[in-house]
Amino acid sequence: MSTVLTLPSAVERPAARARRLPRNRSVWIGAAILAVIVAIAVLAPYLGTTSPAEIDPAARNRRPGAERVIRHEDGTTTTTTSRMGTDSLGRDVYSRVIYGSRVSLIVGVTVALISVAIGLVIGLVSGYIRWLDAIVMRIMDGLMSIPAILLAIALVSLSRGAGLRTVILAIVIPEVPRVVRLVRSVVLSVREEPYVEAARALGVPTPALLARHVLPSTVAPLVVQGTFVCASAIVVEAILSFLGVGIPPETPTWGNIMAEGRALFRIFPHNIFFPSIFLAATVLAVNMLGDGLRDTLDPRLRHQI
Amino acid sequence: MAVVALFVFLLLRLTAGDPAAIIAGDNATAQDVAAIRQKLGLDEPIASQFVIWIGKILRGDLGESFFFKKTIAELIAQRIEPTLALATCTLVLAVLMAVPLGVTAAYKRGSWIDRFVMGLSVLGFSVPVFVIGYALMYLFAIHFAWLPVQGYQRIGDGFGGFILRLILPSFTLAIIYVALIARITRTSVLEVLGADHVRTARAKGLADLPVLLRHVLRNAAVPIVTIIGLGVALLIGGVVVTESVFSIPGLGRLTVDAVLARDYPTVQAVVLLFSAVYVLINLLVDLTYTVLDPRIRY
Repeated sequence: MSTVLTLPSAVERPAARARRLPRNRSVWIGAAILAVIVAIAVLAPYLGTTSPAEIDPAARNRRPGAERVIRHEDGTTTTTTSRMGTDSLGRDVYSRVIYGSRVSLIVGVTVALISVAIGLVIGLVSGYIRWLDAIVMRIMDGLMSIPAILLAIALVSLSRGAGLRTVILAIVIPEVPRVVRLVRSVVLSVREEPYVEAARALGVPTPALLARHVLPSTVAPLVVQGTFVCASAIVVEAILSFLGVGIPPETPTWGNIMAEGRALFRIFPHNIFFPSIFLAATVLAVNMLGDGLRDTLDPRLRHQI
Repeated sequence: MAVVALFVFLLLRLTAGDPAAIIAGDNATAQDVAAIRQKLGLDEPIASQFVIWIGKILRGDLGESFFFKKTIAELIAQRIEPTLALATCTLVLAVLMAVPLGVTAAYKRGSWIDRFVMGLSVLGFSVPVFVIGYALMYLFAIHFAWLPVQGYQRIGDGFGGFILRLILPSFTLAIIYVALIARITRTSVLEVLGADHVRTARAKGLADLPVLLRHVLRNAAVPIVTIIGLGVALLIGGVVVTESVFSIPGLGRLTVDAVLARDYPTVQAVVLLFSAVYVLINLLVDLTYTVLDPRIRY
């Protein structure tokens, strides 16, 4: 099928678009903040942190900046400063916040990748194979009519010990229908294009047709949608942890730190304050990146989302 | 709706967790667990459990909570007032703030108010509800001590206290909603502002305000109303979180408590109820189209 390869691609001048990217301010700011947070997550052990799970009953509920003397077994002492105070179990909030960035980023990226992958496959198939479309879209409508956070909460309750994997799955499922709808709408508009018809006339088998001629048109909208999914996944993970139905409380995540600080918020707001700032900054960065990508990659999408 | 019901049921029942074991407690023997399972009807095949459940729902019987030892209808009746009050308050507040903001932003395009609306919409989507909640709580309830920190007062126990305790949670919840509605209002109004009939109305000497209200807003209304309906999903998710932040004993808190207790019938009923409300509101929204735009007919 060498003739197929010479057919025009669905993507128009990707190189030209890519060149416009760095000029978008929103992309720059978002990427810069995100880079800092990724660096924090990767370098967590080298940023003056202590063990984030270490409990110190003698140093509970310290305010930010409190000094703490640790006595070692051989009699020597070291002094550490709890930059963000300690929580009600004496854990160092600074260390927990720093390590918490790892969980948030892992959840955000994994959820974005998985839901885009699943949504892409379902969307391609249901957009192209018409008889399947009705069934698939009814199922997606059904899923979409349950508010996302509620669905995630209900899904988490499924498994006994909620762990990272359960939480990721619970966030992926409500996100998939949105990706499916997007992919399907792209497929529906592309499938009537002359070049797709031509490829079909040449006898290209459906899977190859989808992969080679329809798939490229979905890349730009999916990259954009993927960043928004990532942002919303980070928020939903934090919400689940905050409500106490997410990742087990001893794991440092921003939501868990805030849940820990809930009871004593009036006296010790630092437990809630610091993770909030990190959470908001991360989500803001991802959203700005997404906004910028959308404006450069696909201006038409502006009205859709 | 039937699909939703099936989903809710299957999702919650195909689990590893065994509610009978949890109710029986740690010291229960295998016989105890089996007895409880039989009493709750959990020993039936999944399909017949579903048929029994859906049959009861259709007859208005939501079943009995495993954990709270009450009928779910009773539980919901107890918890619905705070949620309803919070949601209504938020909705009214959000629409009252968002629509004027969006219209002004579109009308004075590029002005500070336009930038404010766009900034708010980015911020509203990025800052999670509970972060907004705690920030507002810290500022107005703890730092300035103008408003009560947490809690809820039933409307029957005095209207002043009821409203006072509702201000902060409603504002918290309204912000993300305002961001959403204001952005769509702005886009939609901008589109209509460029239309011919608006130019005609201006040309015949009509003042700006009547033009905006009568000719622009009316034609821009359909997308705005649509997004208000779709935003109810956000609102419901937000209610669950906000009730936890402000210790409001509503349906959202009930959901979380039920999940933590693995009280499946209650989780099922509440999720189904919320979804039904969401679908119903969007149906109503669809019906208002014909009023807003006589060209649309069903």
